[in-house]
Amino acid sequence: MPNVKVDGQEIEVPDGATVLQACELAGKEIPRFCYHERLSIAGNCRMCLVEVKPGPPKPQASCALPATEGQEIRTDSEMVKKAREGVMEFLLINHPLDCPICDQGGECDLQDQSMAYGRGATRYDETKRAVTSKNMGPLIKTIMTRCIHCTRCVRFSEEVAGVDEIGALYRGENMQITTYLEQAAKHELSANVIDLCPVGALTSRPYAYEARPWELKKTLSIDVSDAMGANIRIDSRGREVLRALPRINDDVNEEWISDKARYQVEGLTHRRLDKVWIRRQGKLQPASWNEAFELIAAAKPGKDIAAVAGDLVDCETMFAAKKLVNALGSDLLESRQTGMDYDVSNLAAVNFNTTFNEIETADAILIVGSQVRWEAALLNVRLRKAAKRGAKIFLVGPEWETTYPAEFLSENVSVLHDLPAHVGEAMSKAERPAIILGGAGLAKNALHPLLALADQWKLVRDGWNGFNVLHFSAARMGALMLNFAQKGGMKDIAAAKPKVVLSLGADEMDFEPYADALKVYIGHHGDKGAHAAEIILPGAAFTEKSGTFVNTEGRVQIADKAVFAPGDAREDWTILRALADALNVSVGFNSFDELRAAMIAEVPELGVEGMVDYGALPKADAAIRADGAIAYPIKDFYMTNPIARASAVMQQCSAELLHGDTLAEAAE
Amino acid sequence: MADRYLEADTPELRERWGNWSFNEKWDAKAKEAIARYPEGRQKSAVMALLDFAQRQVGEETDTQGWLPIPVMEYVATYLAMPIIRVVEVATFYTMYNLVPVGKYHVQVCGTTPCMLRGSDDVLETCYKRGMKKGHTTSDGLWTLTEVECMGNCASAPMVQINDDNYEDLTSDRLESVLDALEKGESPKAGTQEPGRHTVEPVGGPTSLKEMVSENHDYRGEW
Repeated sequence: MPNVKVDGQEIEVPDGATVLQACELAGKEIPRFCYHERLSIAGNCRMCLVEVKPGPPKPQASCALPATEGQEIRTDSEMVKKAREGVMEFLLINHPLDCPICDQGGECDLQDQSMAYGRGATRYDETKRAVTSKNMGPLIKTIMTRCIHCTRCVRFSEEVAGVDEIGALYRGENMQITTYLEQAAKHELSANVIDLCPVGALTSRPYAYEARPWELKKTLSIDVSDAMGANIRIDSRGREVLRALPRINDDVNEEWISDKARYQVEGLTHRRLDKVWIRRQGKLQPASWNEAFELIAAAKPGKDIAAVAGDLVDCETMFAAKKLVNALGSDLLESRQTGMDYDVSNLAAVNFNTTFNEIETADAILIVGSQVRWEAALLNVRLRKAAKRGAKIFLVGPEWETTYPAEFLSENVSVLHDLPAHVGEAMSKAERPAIILGGAGLAKNALHPLLALADQWKLVRDGWNGFNVLHFSAARMGALMLNFAQKGGMKDIAAAKPKVVLSLGADEMDFEPYADALKVYIGHHGDKGAHAAEIILPGAAFTEKSGTFVNTEGRVQIADKAVFAPGDAREDWTILRALADALNVSVGFNSFDELRAAMIAEVPELGVEGMVDYGALPKADAAIRADGAIAYPIKDFYMTNPIARASAVMQQCSAELLHGDTLAEAAE
Repeated sequence: MADRYLEADTPELRERWGNWSFNEKWDAKAKEAIARYPEGRQKSAVMALLDFAQRQVGEETDTQGWLPIPVMEYVATYLAMPIIRVVEVATFYTMYNLVPVGKYHVQVCGTTPCMLRGSDDVLETCYKRGMKKGHTTSDGLWTLTEVECMGNCASAPMVQINDDNYEDLTSDRLESVLDALEKGESPKAGTQEPGRHTVEPVGGPTSLKEMVSENHDYRGEW
């Protein structure tokens, strides 16, 4: 632990810290462009120059200089001030003065730092360099003349995403950042380079010229595009959500979000259900709330009512639906809308117990039935970190392009009963072994065989629980905590032949078995569920209501309401509360606060933000055998939920990035 | 250098170079280059392999050689590394030609010492033979490039033609070198000054005179 002096202030810094980090610990701001906490050190922008003694009598790049015992660092000397002014002047030589038309304006590192550390006026009157803009696909807009060659984007795609596709071609003044042959950036984290870019060279294409950052209302929210529960910030203006940006949460998403999380919000303005619809003679016609409620009451559901929760709903909505269904005397609740019926008697067995942060330290990982890049792109980043540290990774399931060395064992899940010797050896000898079971594996009964293996390999040991289930739906863990599960899954619901089926934004469910039932869709997008429903009650999307979400590692997080729902749409709990009146039952709450209090009274864990403790893993049932070829549920990364399907940006991504090749071939 | 660019990736280019691979001779050299590095560090051989590829392309097209995109892709696959990293290297170093060049790539040094010693005349001589900076002549024989210092300041002005340097040039001397090359001969490389051996002082030494009669050098022969 070296002791250093920063501007006369003595502090102790951790071993391996850089001078820049030492200055930050001392509370000094060091301007920087190329340095980023989560990327390797490049040291090429030179903005972080400080004066260091002992050392050469010239300013030194603090980001690449280790802090050592007895250093005297000055960040406020005349030398440092002049050095920063000089570097800034050089950076601005070739940077266009187009801030008024630049989308980065207002949140631009170069703008801010030139105000704080620059000279104030230019002495340069030669011509500036111009660089042709590059194609980087439908999400990233490039104006490469603005590029200051920090190479953060290059380092991100190589180190974090693990997809080498951005590079710096040519040299010196002619250096150009580009993708290979200007092909679109094709991985699911590509748009994070927009946040990383300290200038306006890489900006968001869908958000181009939409708003200035100071016009936007910022609301803290949780992403629902997968079960990671990535922390996001919703930027809205008036009633419109304009963009979603990642928030820093080292335990969940670090600093990244997937492209779908970032751009699906564009779908919030398309295909919205903004009034009540009733199907008459096979055609949906606009109606009033009263008509709809009367129609539902006329169906006299009694205890023959079922509720199916979709992938994007919050706990409050599900709890309100549960109270309503229970009040009518029914217990037909289900959230696994695609028909999975895995054992949920012990939630520890279907939880991501290791936590995302800890999985980085695993040294042997067996992944069963999960296309991690698509099902949880941010978890894949963690797995890549683990692999970089030397973890051995084995997969069961059809091959997909991993971003780390990994061995695919078999497409058939029955291999779990007869694993190759080297896998067993690697797992049993590992210090921190982990199993990750995805939805496709759950569907093939892999839960109990894996629990048996977990016992055999001692996955649960001191300070380590290596048994993980990776869900894909943002609502899943919350739904399971609220008992939205039947023993036989959707089959049980269909067998009960309910008179009324409430679909809470459940679009992936099969409506066929409910041909005779009155199907009521409470949701926000005109998608598959709305097509099948007799009555459509317009609800609120995740940005339009406050809600509690539990991610796949059992982390309770609360999202705030950013904007109001459009038209006649209401927050889902108010619809269910009004429906209770129409059906003459009492659900026991009249306001959102009462609802939340009732929910917390019933499931206390939902009242505490943070990790839920589900207890110990259950004993494996040796009689259950896994069998069958694994088929990943996601066929198209960009089209997995009704919001994304409605988004023109996601549709374009799907067409260009996933189906582009096949389309081009068909045209030839 | 500012006008360096990658040859466009067209179907014709793919057709011409898509199935390109190292022939036996260069493949052996490539394997040797890779073997110089520890296992798993085969990427380190990328510069050598790009050079070999360029030379083989040169042999096949009877030019100095260049690096079409499919050839760079071949090298990337050969070394199991991302193609963008290969292109980064190829575009960084100016000795890799990114576009087709002629049989002789005439690189005229135009940096200060050469300019003071008459590189303008050298360039003028080239222009007279129909060469144009950054272009290949219509007969495919000459490509002219002006480059920065090649480190031959003591025998300026100089040109580099393919792998050889021709120094101490005047208009006439360059003419005779180019004439010889045109005829397919191999003119003497190095200094063109009669009587000069290498870059020793013109008009005899002014210092270290005892070195003339006797070898005080550590080297075995002078």
